Amino acid sequence: MRQQIKRGYVGERAIHLVLFVCGTLSIVTTLGIVAVLLFETVEFFREVSIVEFLTDPQWTPLFADKHFGVLSLVSGTVLTAGIAISVAMPIGLLSATYLSEYASEGVRRTLKPLLEILAGIPTVVYGYFALLFVTPLLQAVIPSLSGFNALGPGIVMGVMIIPMISSLSEDAMYAVPQSLREAAYALGSSKLQVALKVVVPAAFSGIAASLLLAVSRAIGETMILAIAAGQQPRLTLNPLVPIETMTAYIVQVSLGDTPTGTIEYRTIFAVGMMLFVSTLGLNLISQWFRERFREQYE
Amino acid sequence: MKLAAADLRHMLRLRRGTEFVFKFVAVAALLIALGSLATLLIDAFLDGAGRLSWQFLTSFPSRRPEEAGILSSLVGTVYLILLTALVAFPVGVGAAIYLEEYAASRWYSRLIEVNIANLAGVPSIIYGLLGLELFVRALGLERSLLAGALTMALLVLPIIIISSREAMRTVPPSIREASCALGASRWQTIWHQVLPLALPGILTGSILAFSRAIGEAAPLITIGALTYIAFLPDGLLAPFTALPIQIFNWVSRPQKGFHANAAGAILVLLVVLLLMNALAVFLRHRHQQRLRL
Repeated sequence: MRQQIKRGYVGERAIHLVLFVCGTLSIVTTLGIVAVLLFETVEFFREVSIVEFLTDPQWTPLFADKHFGVLSLVSGTVLTAGIAISVAMPIGLLSATYLSEYASEGVRRTLKPLLEILAGIPTVVYGYFALLFVTPLLQAVIPSLSGFNALGPGIVMGVMIIPMISSLSEDAMYAVPQSLREAAYALGSSKLQVALKVVVPAAFSGIAASLLLAVSRAIGETMILAIAAGQQPRLTLNPLVPIETMTAYIVQVSLGDTPTGTIEYRTIFAVGMMLFVSTLGLNLISQWFRERFREQYE
Repeated sequence: MKLAAADLRHMLRLRRGTEFVFKFVAVAALLIALGSLATLLIDAFLDGAGRLSWQFLTSFPSRRPEEAGILSSLVGTVYLILLTALVAFPVGVGAAIYLEEYAASRWYSRLIEVNIANLAGVPSIIYGLLGLELFVRALGLERSLLAGALTMALLVLPIIIISSREAMRTVPPSIREASCALGASRWQTIWHQVLPLALPGILTGSILAFSRAIGEAAPLITIGALTYIAFLPDGLLAPFTALPIQIFNWVSRPQKGFHANAAGAILVLLVVLLLMNALAVFLRHRHQQRLRL
């Protein structure tokens, strides 16, 4: 009997240990990402000065005349993410307001999951759509638009991130207590006034958090831009010409056979580091927003 | 009284007008979003339906678009996801059990929690860079199926942990207390009571996580998965390709014939995703019925 209990105790300890290791693996993953990016980035900056990296207007590490000005890639990322968010923000917020404040419960329950399908479609599919459907369509309106450009994939990426904004904002708006709405109605407010002057301010932290998350998602998106935006790093905010984003550059180098340890190989880690830091920053601000500015109701 | 009845009526009409305009604009926004989804699906169907045939499913890629097929990429995707699931499912559920049922130290479980939330927001291509250095180079797995699956496992792990924890939280504490009162150990309670009740929820979340992995191309391209493979992988260390990579490869070519192939492969990919999601919805439905008992 005593031995049985002892054996059981040892078993329990072993299981506890195994589960502890599983839980700790996520920390190890983060440390792994930081270590890998940091190591290769430090090696990169032994050969390239930070000043050149941040100020040179050209990015040509794969050519004979090498320039390492990351701004050309950053401008591509900022441009496409900017287009995406200016498509997704109005559509996402209007959809969220409608679903939370106007739609009947049945409509809300049907349309919300339908919208969320947009987030589940693989990004290569969006890339196909941007390159072969949206860009030709836009070319009919804007004849000067190149086959590869920032506008088409930017718009399509905007469609992709609509559900991030609409669902998370709708969650926040739906969670605003009914008594607040009723109080406003009792004072003679119209439905629109309740939505815009009571519900939206009360749900502000959740809405802001959803917008930041959507921007972070757009910055990290890869395949749509690798397929439809081109591979020409260019310091411009013109949406009609081919550009290259940070993510698309990593794909471009990965498709070629770049030997380990060369400066070309290290560029993708330096670019990856910028990508990691900017998305992490946005995610942290988003979390901070949600916790810091949350309105507390009883 | 300065406000005459006529003024009031005018204001009310104005108010009703704005109300109507706003509602109209909001519905239009919703329709734009849903219309884009419909257009995307119809466009892929019109472009690709003509390419769907038994020959398309059972042929290797080829230089001639009309002879090319998706055999190697479809089989590659199936192997890759099974292998990913084999690694990520036990580890993810294990981590969730630890956080929900064991974690004694508050600050440590809080640290893991914040960390997982942030990992879920890291762009997938960054996981590709990690996989490239860690699995492909440091562990010497080369551009193999195993390296791809391990990279994908790290990518889906946060999603599995988050959804498994939610599933375990729906199990009422009274069940744990009853089990402990009967003399069951902590692990016996988890294994015989908590896990069986939470399993459908855990499976639903995990299937959704794996369906995200099926559509991912960026991390696989980053670790160097090949875009043109005319044989089936014959082991864990064999080179491989996957459906999204094949689609990317075909879209990137200038010839129209390959674009049609890409659309055909997109349809196959969407059908696979649809089936997985249907399974997830089915499991969730069954779960809800069981907990109601």
